[in-house]
Amino acid sequence: MSGKPEKAGNSESKKDAVLKYAFYLGCATPLRERAYEISARRVMKELGIKLVEMKGANCCGLPIDAVNHEMTLALSARNLTIAEKKGLDILTLCSGCTGQLMKTNKLLKGNRKSRERVNSYLKTIRAEFQGTIEVKHLLRVLVEDIGFEKLKTYIKRPLNGMKIAAHYGCHLLMPSKYLDFDDFEDPEFLVEFIALLGAEPVRYVDEKQCCGAVIAGVNLDLPLNLIANKFRNVKNAQADAMTTICPSCHLMYDQHQSSAEKMFGETYNMPVLHFTQLLGLAMGIPAEELALDELKVKPEGFLIAMEQTA
Amino acid sequence: MEPKATHSQTHEVDDMTDNAVESDGVKLQTPSRVDPKFKHEVLSMPGGETLKYCFQCGTCTSCCPIADITDSYRPRTAIKLAQLGLEERLLSSNTIWLCAACYTCTDHCPQGVEVKDVLRVFQNLAVKKGYIPRVYRDVGKNILDAGYAHKISKFKMKKRIAIGLPPLSEAPPAHMEKLAKATGFHETIAEKEDKE
Repeated sequence: MSGKPEKAGNSESKKDAVLKYAFYLGCATPLRERAYEISARRVMKELGIKLVEMKGANCCGLPIDAVNHEMTLALSARNLTIAEKKGLDILTLCSGCTGQLMKTNKLLKGNRKSRERVNSYLKTIRAEFQGTIEVKHLLRVLVEDIGFEKLKTYIKRPLNGMKIAAHYGCHLLMPSKYLDFDDFEDPEFLVEFIALLGAEPVRYVDEKQCCGAVIAGVNLDLPLNLIANKFRNVKNAQADAMTTICPSCHLMYDQHQSSAEKMFGETYNMPVLHFTQLLGLAMGIPAEELALDELKVKPEGFLIAMEQTA
Repeated sequence: MEPKATHSQTHEVDDMTDNAVESDGVKLQTPSRVDPKFKHEVLSMPGGETLKYCFQCGTCTSCCPIADITDSYRPRTAIKLAQLGLEERLLSSNTIWLCAACYTCTDHCPQGVEVKDVLRVFQNLAVKKGYIPRVYRDVGKNILDAGYAHKISKFKMKKRIAIGLPPLSEAPPAHMEKLAKATGFHETIAEKEDKE
């Protein structure tokens, strides 16, 4: 694994260069989890990350992979060609999009047969996959392109004493041969990130448990079982809040939290913050600018506790 | 131990393995059609190539977060049905749609079987036979309309601009249409009699 924690943020390559990316929004972030987009844009502005909007981009293809894999490859490849034309790497917010775009990118770069097949689809819209760019999730940009050491200098208002549980989700880690980021069995990047904010990362049982979002449209009961398990584990570890790095995971834990509470007759009352909101708070950006009021599980208790430990 | 799913939330039977039908209160075993060529069809599809390496150890099922909470999803069983050529029983089963696509199985398989991708090949083949959960048809249509998996509401778009976010651009429908035709996506989500 290339990104083991001790190495995180040590690559010197891009440190002082201007960070500029083609910004791939995906579907869930702008249409279901606007707070994630708002807080991510706000934080990136502060960090000096320049974004070029990907006009005319489409869904990454992941949501219909089960139906028609070829269309999924065509959709994700089309997005890659939009960024290739701009000569920019893609920056993503959604782990699902990241996984799909990275898989397609690596597959088409390394496999001539697949590339020719997918290019035959793209030919109908006068596009061609060249294989000239990379795809990175914002968190990976923080780890590899900015570096945690430099990121630390932006922390003006450390989240001292706050206990935060990390939810890694699946698609930034697996399948590992395509993602090649952190140890897929025992990842550390998010725990390190929480510590960098000055907060206390709480470890809990089944940290890597999936949120089940992919099958929510087919069978919602199973994901609700999964998220209920997660909340029990996170509460047992006495976390003040949870954090996610993917809009789909967030949708499950925040917007479906009350459904899980109803289903099991339990109360979790666990605020789930996007990692960009936590980062923004730690950078001293006012809560109003980070769309904290758009969370379904209100983080007021968390914010008050934060003030008290300041 | 964490509490498992309560009874009402689990599925009644594993419909990949239970072959019985009820008739006048008597359980009858239906004969299964075996198609020895089926595994070759799976092997020939992108992502299905590694089916042949499976030696049925069960690591996929034992590490699967869904199999952990319900008896009705078993990736190993699905692979076994394909290896045996029990095509109809596999493809008509609801349970192949319970894969959460987390890739835990793929990363843990000692034989290098790309379990999730093999499962996806089963799903794609099931769709070709007309077995498709409703939700995928809806998502497919949304993508063809404007490039997004979700419907875009005009109200939300106005609100975006009002709070200072850049407008969401739609993908050209002609592009979506052409890619759908080239990949056969058109036929797969076309409105037919749902066998689901």
